[in-house]
Amino acid sequence: MSAPRRPTDPSGLERYYVLTKGRSGPGGSASSLDVATLIVSRAASVPGMQHEHEEILRRCRDPLSVAELGAHLGLPFNILAVLLADLLEAGRVEARDPIPAHGAGRGPDLALLEEVLSGLERL
Amino acid sequence: MDLKGFDHPGGQAADGGTRSVKVMIAGGFGTGKTTMVRSVSDIKPLTTEETLTQASADVDHLIGVADKTETTVSLDFGKISINDSLMLYLFGTPGQERFWFLWNGLFKGALGAVVLVDTRRLASSFRAIEEMERLEVPFVIALNVFPDSKEHPIEEIRDALDIPEHIPVVVCDARDRASSRDVLVTLIRHLKDRSAVALESR
Repeated sequence: MSAPRRPTDPSGLERYYVLTKGRSGPGGSASSLDVATLIVSRAASVPGMQHEHEEILRRCRDPLSVAELGAHLGLPFNILAVLLADLLEAGRVEARDPIPAHGAGRGPDLALLEEVLSGLERL
Repeated sequence: MDLKGFDHPGGQAADGGTRSVKVMIAGGFGTGKTTMVRSVSDIKPLTTEETLTQASADVDHLIGVADKTETTVSLDFGKISINDSLMLYLFGTPGQERFWFLWNGLFKGALGAVVLVDTRRLASSFRAIEEMERLEVPFVIALNVFPDSKEHPIEEIRDALDIPEHIPVVVCDARDRASSRDVLVTLIRHLKDRSAVALESR
């Protein structure tokens, strides 16, 4: 099967095959991406860049979660993770994982919970 | 998957260093998870999807195999701005627990979870409660009151669901923003209590 350069059917698996150049999952740092990981652009797009990469850089000028990015771009998590891995490796975006309730070796983070609580109480 | 290896030193960046926390909304099919996400979110709730083939759940074979049936599993989510530099993301988990693996350890790093229960169909949330216990995700139980729900004393339901005394069980209306907010407040207070106990017992 040869993947068309411009798929006539922009949905479906062929599209993802083209977008990811056939890669099925991110390697390295992006393999730990969480749906709530915030992505922030660290560089402008350059001419000739893949359209989806450009889109990601444009949408992440302000921090945006992987889940929001996937919803806006209409891309499944696994496909988006491949694209984000490219940008992470090139240093064009920064990824910030969600803060867990228990910081590594630091025990329960009461200050964080207090911050969340006061935010919710203001709703 | 090693989350620690992904930490960026000096993550507090020029944009104010906005960070995120996440809370999961779990529960059986049709217990009101999406409704709760919708009622309490600051943004129009969104859906992120994952596609997998029927024939194989192995992600290595996900792409480039066009002759297999695709299944789309979706995850509804919303966002609450806690303050200028902290976002709370709420994820309504897919009813089919067997798909939770699709999102890189969906519960990993979550502050905790709300398990929604429809009192007319208690059994539909058994699996979600078991999963929270297995994954060691701290949770509270929220009984979502549907118009034709009968009055159920909370303690009776606690017994039926076999929920220990220290885990809060509250009644809510998932359609109501204030009521859903109160459930989240109950969860965070519960997490604080757990932390306080953990600190004392050191």
